[in-house]
Amino acid sequence: MENVLEAKNVNVFYGDFQALKNINMKFKKNAVTALIGPSGCGKSTYLRLFNRMNDYIDSFNMQGDIMVENKNIYNKEIVVEELRKKIGMVFQKPNPFPKSIFENVAYGLKIQGVTNKAVLKNAVRKALQQAALWDEVKLDLDKSALALSGGQQQRLCIARTLAVEPSIILMDEPTSALDPIATAKVEELIRELKQKYTIIIVTHNMQQASRISDYTAFFYMGDMIEYNKTDTIFRNPQYERTQNYITGRFG
Amino acid sequence: MKKEKIIEGLLKLSALVTILTTVGILYVLLSESIAFFREVSIWEFITDKEWTPLFVNKHFGIMPLVAGTLLTTFIAISVALPIGITIAIYLSEYAHKRFKKIVKPLLEILAAVPTVVYGFFALTVVTPFLQSIIPSMSGFNALSAGIVMGIMIIPYVSSLSEDALSAVPKELRNGSYAMGSTRLQTAFKVMVPAASSGIIVSVILAFSRAIGETMIVAIAAGQQPRLTMNPLVPIETITAYIVQVSLGDVQHNSIEYRTIFAAGITLFIFTFILNNIGFYIRKKYREQYE
Ligand SMILES: Nc1ncnc2c1ncn2[C@@H]1O[C@H](COP(=O)(O)OP(=O)(O)OP(=O)(O)O)[C@@H](O)[C@H]1O
Ligand SMILES: [Mg+2]
Repeated sequence: MENVLEAKNVNVFYGDFQALKNINMKFKKNAVTALIGPSGCGKSTYLRLFNRMNDYIDSFNMQGDIMVENKNIYNKEIVVEELRKKIGMVFQKPNPFPKSIFENVAYGLKIQGVTNKAVLKNAVRKALQQAALWDEVKLDLDKSALALSGGQQQRLCIARTLAVEPSIILMDEPTSALDPIATAKVEELIRELKQKYTIIIVTHNMQQASRISDYTAFFYMGDMIEYNKTDTIFRNPQYERTQNYITGRFG
Repeated sequence: MKKEKIIEGLLKLSALVTILTTVGILYVLLSESIAFFREVSIWEFITDKEWTPLFVNKHFGIMPLVAGTLLTTFIAISVALPIGITIAIYLSEYAHKRFKKIVKPLLEILAAVPTVVYGFFALTVVTPFLQSIIPSMSGFNALSAGIVMGIMIIPYVSSLSEDALSAVPKELRNGSYAMGSTRLQTAFKVMVPAASSGIIVSVILAFSRAIGETMIVAIAAGQQPRLTMNPLVPIETITAYIVQVSLGDVQHNSIEYRTIFAAGITLFIFTFILNNIGFYIRKKYREQYE
């Protein structure tokens, strides 16, 4: 399988504090890669590197290269808006816009200038179907997205991301605000999505990582300690630290 | 414990004083207005197109004063709304935090300048300047007063709208950026709609402030009640009329004297309605985020 994303000698600083230390990692296409590690080890920071969401943090500073399809996305020529259409993101807390369900899903296409009603309708339906939300909301597309339950809101946010047909989806603890049933739905969805998308997911839930991911990387205090097939990481980790973390002995 | 009781008593007392004052004002306003409307029918008050209580040939139609008030207010709002909202969006979506921290209080100074200063600014600077462009314009007019009043209420719009924009959860802004929106798209398609109720409230408050503004219009807009929407001629607002009569030498308990209260209660009804709309929207908006 080919690599679509790569971090090369990446160091990240917030002011004087080093949040990521010399990270080198390649991500496989159409696979789910889980990022795990104790709180504050730099998972979110790392994830945000790939769609340049750290750019808005004043004290943020990085060295090294992030390659997406063999282009360094921190080059001057890169237009971040274009990059983000290729690399979608789902956040920890569901963050639907205060608009209707339809408008939320159509948002990405509309800002790209799509105005054709039929095209928008089709795209919205397709995205909602992919996000396994269509049957629940097809009669209420004009209702406010804020009226949905937390789990539905999160699937709506996934649909919103899918609607612009990215190739990569970044997810930062997408189920941490959801109940077990909603979590199971989102997990099932992620497993299906990997047929078409490359997914990187940050999670604190070890079972979740082992259930849905193909590869797992363990981070500890800004270092990437271990990265391997999920099976290997969970059955036969190389480092004691990893072992301790996944068995819940610390973190 | 005793100290607590005393403080509690003092707090109760000051609340009571406030309530009593309000009740007192309302009582005077109402009783004098009722006396006025015994002599002038409400129908005449609303439909007569002239307001000449101080002349020999008396007319008691409030509409010229209402028109003057609305005209200056609309001019003020058309200045303050675009500028205020642009500033609010700039400060919350573009400016550095440090810049915002300095500029916001500076802007609020605009609302702290004594209104008499604004009045003279309108009369002696803005009007002559506008006359150099529009020679037919009168020395007293609604346009200069409205523009300067608009400048005065900019911080009502900009500060409160900025507060509303800043109160929008940052997850929404990040969500919009992550979808590939530009700053401009994020500001207008996500942030402004999300903050819309707060922004509307800011505009209503500015509106209500403009309707009640007295000094600027008394100095620069003239004292000629006129049923017109022409911003270039002298007009009179409700507030300016009240000042004019209060400062004059009309007799207490005369019908001329009571026109003050009739005008006052008209003004009161306007601001009362506006404040209640604002209050209602703010309440709804709070529920939305909780
Ligand atoms: N905006 C910021 N400014 C300064 N330091 C930050 C900022 N964001 C994160 N950090 C620091 O960088 C480190 C890594 O943070 P990050 O949010 O990436 O951790 P995380 O692994 O995602 O943690 P969690 O599991 O709690 O989400 C932490 O020590 C954090 O305090
Ligand atoms: Mg995190």
